[in-house]
Order: sequence, then C-alpha cells, then structure tokens
Amino acid sequence: MKAGYMGIDVGSVSTNIAIIDEDKDVLESLYLRTNGQPIRAIQEGLMRIQELIDIKILGVGTTGSARNLAGVIVGADVIKNEITAHAVAASTVVKGVQTVLEIGGQDSKIIILRDGIVIDFAMNTVCAAGTGSFLDQQASRLDIPIEEFGSLALGANSPVRIAGRCSVFAESDMIHKQQLGHNLEDIIAGLCQALVRNYLNNVGKGKEILGPVVFQGGVAANQGIKAAFEEELGVEVIVPEYHNVMGAIGSAVLAQSAVKKKKSTSFKGFDTSSFDYHVSSFECNSCPNHCEIINIHQEDEIIARWGSKCPKWEAV
Amino acid sequence: MKVTFPHMGTMSIAVKTLLIELGLEVVLPPPITQKTLDLGVKNSPEFACLPLKLNIGNYIEALETGADMIIMGGGIGPCRFGYYGEVQKDILRDLGYDFNMVIFEPPQGHWREFYKSLKLLLGNISWTKVYTAWKKGWAKAQALDQISRLTNQSRPYLVKRKEATKIYKRGLKLIDQAQNISETEAAIKRIRTDFDSLERIEDFQPLKVGLVGEIYVILEPFTNLHIEEKLGELGVLVDRSIYLSEWIEEHLYLGIFRDNKHRNHIQELASPYLNHFVGGHGLESVGETVMYAKESFDGVVHLGPFTCMPEIIAQSILPTVSKDLDIPVLSLSLDEHTGDAGYITRLEAFVDLLARKEEKEELIV
Repeated sequence: MKAGYMGIDVGSVSTNIAIIDEDKDVLESLYLRTNGQPIRAIQEGLMRIQELIDIKILGVGTTGSARNLAGVIVGADVIKNEITAHAVAASTVVKGVQTVLEIGGQDSKIIILRDGIVIDFAMNTVCAAGTGSFLDQQASRLDIPIEEFGSLALGANSPVRIAGRCSVFAESDMIHKQQLGHNLEDIIAGLCQALVRNYLNNVGKGKEILGPVVFQGGVAANQGIKAAFEEELGVEVIVPEYHNVMGAIGSAVLAQSAVKKKKSTSFKGFDTSSFDYHVSSFECNSCPNHCEIINIHQEDEIIARWGSKCPKWEAV
Repeated sequence: MKVTFPHMGTMSIAVKTLLIELGLEVVLPPPITQKTLDLGVKNSPEFACLPLKLNIGNYIEALETGADMIIMGGGIGPCRFGYYGEVQKDILRDLGYDFNMVIFEPPQGHWREFYKSLKLLLGNISWTKVYTAWKKGWAKAQALDQISRLTNQSRPYLVKRKEATKIYKRGLKLIDQAQNISETEAAIKRIRTDFDSLERIEDFQPLKVGLVGEIYVILEPFTNLHIEEKLGELGVLVDRSIYLSEWIEEHLYLGIFRDNKHRNHIQELASPYLNHFVGGHGLESVGETVMYAKESFDGVVHLGPFTCMPEIIAQSILPTVSKDLDIPVLSLSLDEHTGDAGYITRLEAFVDLLARKEEKEELIV
C-alpha cells in the first residue's frame, strides 16, 4: 500500500482533495462542488478518494473558508489559510515562481513571492466582480457550458469593450453589446479582457508582477482569461496541471511538514465519512449581540463550537 | 439633566468618572453590540463612515434609557468628523428625540467657544472642583492605557494566551469600580501581579507588529473585530500607535502642558512621503509606519473605516513606505461586516508572511 499526505480545500464553490507522496508529487486529486453543504462535500470527497486510491494517510491538512469545520471533522494536523496554502503549492509545483494569480469562486488574490517567500499579497475586498461565480452566471445566461466559455474567446476577431469594474455594470454592458448585434466570441473575449483589467487594477494594484507567473484556481481553466492576462502583462502565464486543486496540494505539503514536527498524524481515518455529522445552532440571548452559536456534532457528541464573541460558549 | 456620550473603546470608564465628579448625572449607552450597529446603520446616511453610524446607535440606546444631554467632540480639517455632531443632531431631531447636545470643538485658538460649551454644561462651578474631577478621570484614562499595554506585551508569551483577555477584562472592572486615585493605582498593580503569575513560553521571540490608522477603529474593538486579541493569540506582540491618554495630552492639554514632541517627531518621519496635514490620522499613519520600520518591527497593520478619506490617502502612500523601508504593511478597511472569517484569513496570512520572512518560528496555538 502506498503512503502519502492529504490536503482538503473546502471553498465556497468547490471542495478539493489532493494526495501527494513524500516527493510532493500528486498521486490523486478530486474536485467536487460544495453546493452549500460543506460537511456532505467533505464526507463524499473522502469516500470517493478512498475508492480511487488505496493509501495510508500519513498526515492531513485543511484550508479554504471552511477549514476549521473540515479540520474538526477529519482530524487535521494543520489548518492553514488559503493564501499561505496557495503560495506553498505554487512554489512546490513551479520552482522559482514570483507571482501567483489566483481566481476562485468568490475571491481572487495575488501573491508575490521572492526566493520562495511570500513578500506581499492582496485579496479582493469590496466586490466579487470577475470571480468564478460571475463567469458561471454569465455562461449559463448565454447557455454555454462553462468549460467551453473561455475557448470561445480565443476565436474573437475584435473583442468589444465591456465595463469591468462592477459585475452589475458588466452584465448590462454585455447585454447592450449583444443587442447591438456583436457576435458571441467578441463579447466573451471582451468580458475576459474587462475582468483581467479589473483584477489588475483592483487586486494587483501597485504590485510588481514578475515572471514566472502562475495562474491557478478554478478560473485558470478559462483559456480566454489566460490569454487576456498574457496580453496585458506581456509575459507567459503558466497554468499548472492541477490548477484547480492547488489549495489542497498546498495544504498537503503543509501537512507533510507539520507531521514531521509532530511525529504522528491526528487523521481520524476514512471512517469519518460514515459517521453522522450534523450542525445545530442557537441564538445566545445573554446580551444584545445575539450571537449565533454553532455546534458541530459527531453522532450525539459535540466536537466543536464556534460563533460567539465572548468566551461564554468556548468550552465544548 | 442626564448626560450621555458615545463609546470609543474603554473611554467611557474614564469619562464617566470625570463627569460624575463634575456633579453630572451620567447615563452610559449600553456596550456596543449588533443592535447598536443595526440602529446606527438604519438611521444614518449610507455613505457615512462607520464611527458616525455607531455614534447614532449609541445615542439612540442612551436616549431610550433616559439621557437628555449628549456630549460630542468636534474636529477640524478635511475629516468628516468635524460635521458629525451637527449631522447627528439633525438625524436625532428628525427621529423625534428631545435632547440637548454640546459639541466641544478642539480648544486650539477658540477659547471663548470652549468656555461657552463648558458653561452650558456645568453652570457655575469652582475651578478646584474641575481640577480634582479631571485628576480622577485622568488617572483612570492612564490606568486603562497601562493595563491595555500590559496585556498586549504579555499575551504572546503566555502558554494560555486566552487568559490575557480575561485578566484585561477583570482590570477594566477594577478600574471602573475604583473610588479614588489610590484604588485606581492598586488596580494596575493587581493586574501586573496577575500577569506575572501566569506560565510563559520559554525562549520565545514573538513577531512584533505595529497598529496604525484612524483613532476610532483602532480604539474600538467592536469595529476592528478585536484585532489586538486576534494577533496576540496568533503569537504576535502588538504595539498600538494610539492610546487615549496620549491623544488627550497632545490634543486637549492646554498651552504649556501640551507635549508636542512625539507629534513633531511623527510629522518629521512622515515628511519624505507626506508633508502636510490631510485630516484625521492620515499623516500619523504614514509617520508611525516609518517609526515602526525604524524600530525594526516585523510589520504594520493599517486600519481605517471604509471610505475614510485621510486613511485612503495614507493607504496609497504606504506601499511606497513599505518598499523603501522593507516593512510589510497590511491595510484593512472596516465597515459593517461582523463576520470575521475573511478578516482572520488575511491576518493569518500576514503573520505567516512575517514569520517566513524573519524565519522566526511562530507558535500558533
């Protein structure tokens, strides 16, 4: 039986799992939709991974916006934020990487590395224009499968100009252009350029973007966006093979080093997927904050609790 | 007459003592909670910044519990704070509340105005009474800052970091209950002993982070989602650039008592990047970032309310400072959001960045 480390990235849109070996090579990866049910996604992910590969797990790490929840359920050795996880993955996969462009479902970020160390990063703050969910929405509005959306852009002759600062404006601009009779390829290519412009002005503002540039996250599959980045930046943009599970790979790499220090893993085993996990919540009425306290139950036992602003409900 | 005033961090403890000693009846707004924010957001202009909205929430909650006189500060310069009092007065009148409001403009040069406001509030009062009241309030303001500093300086070293906040809160209670200056001083001593009795991590060198930005969001943990506590529990030694007592010394102390040394120093440090007043704390944010870089801090976190003009100016200058002096800076805009997941992600990533940069091993519990 092979042995390796597992990374789990539970994001707003997708839940990804990656398994790496001691040499940090990816043995298996999995990309699932979270569908608003992170616990089910984690359990289903574990079940599917177990079917795909016969492996002894030496360590496990979690990341993504549901990293704490995932960490409690699987027994994580390391729980790390997605910025660090993405940076670690990029520098593992592409040696000497200096810039990471990452666009996911609800957020986009830029990470600047020098000599393998993160020296600066930024994340979108006020708005989610140009992230995966917006593209998803536009693709379904135009009735094009999201997988083909980007490659259509490559067939454009003269991309139209689309306002990219705000997704509401972008959508109405797209509709106007479409009603004027512009063809689909030009509109999609225009949208790709608008999103890239917005990303560089907003998230990438003031950052020194040097190659090698790695583009990762779910949106990296979109060839139109990749081409628009290359045109705007004037450098080659590398999309790694496992671009959509980079967070999970990073978290597996972090698990590897965490276990080296801890000597053993806290992984609860694949059996976790057969336990019944459920969440209960209640509103604490001790003060006008009315905190919504969330209990995570494994069978009948409460294994974690969060949501309070004060220590009252801290102890499980 | 029942007097009230808006919250800003722990300020109410000292101000309450001052006002009571001056012979006024005080009605404190309840602590800032989600309800305060909801009331403020509902009744304020959408484009106003967060402090104005929370003030409104504070007033409404205080007026509902019987207050009828509001004390508010004024301001000068391009920061909108200067208009707060007037705007808030109109909003509350439109809501149908019956009250008076005294707005204290900064006394620089406008003595007559300042005196008139004081007279309106206190009537004929002896100067000795004012003096003793001030001394009592002032002792508390200094004590509050001291225990806050003590907490920040101890927290990262503790084996159980969560204990720090408990001790700090105990200290706040003791200072609040202190009847005189010696009891206030005893409270500080007590808190110091409490911290000294806790177990510390051996041979631990924490990362050092400076906190700069707009005064309200720096001082009010509700708005900054308890940043000092969060960073401290990640094993970071936090140094806050603004303390209320220092701010009072610089801005409200009169003539010869005023200590301008620190302020002039900060202005001088900022001058290669920004050489004039831009309102609020914009200039200080730049100068203090330079100061932290020169004192070899590992990083700076810069906070401002969303849409705060002075801090937006600072935010656009800080990347240059960061590059020149090789000090990482994280700027965060604070608004109504109370969900702190995205905020924690950024802070954690920033601490990782600092730790890797310094190759110091931060102990994350």
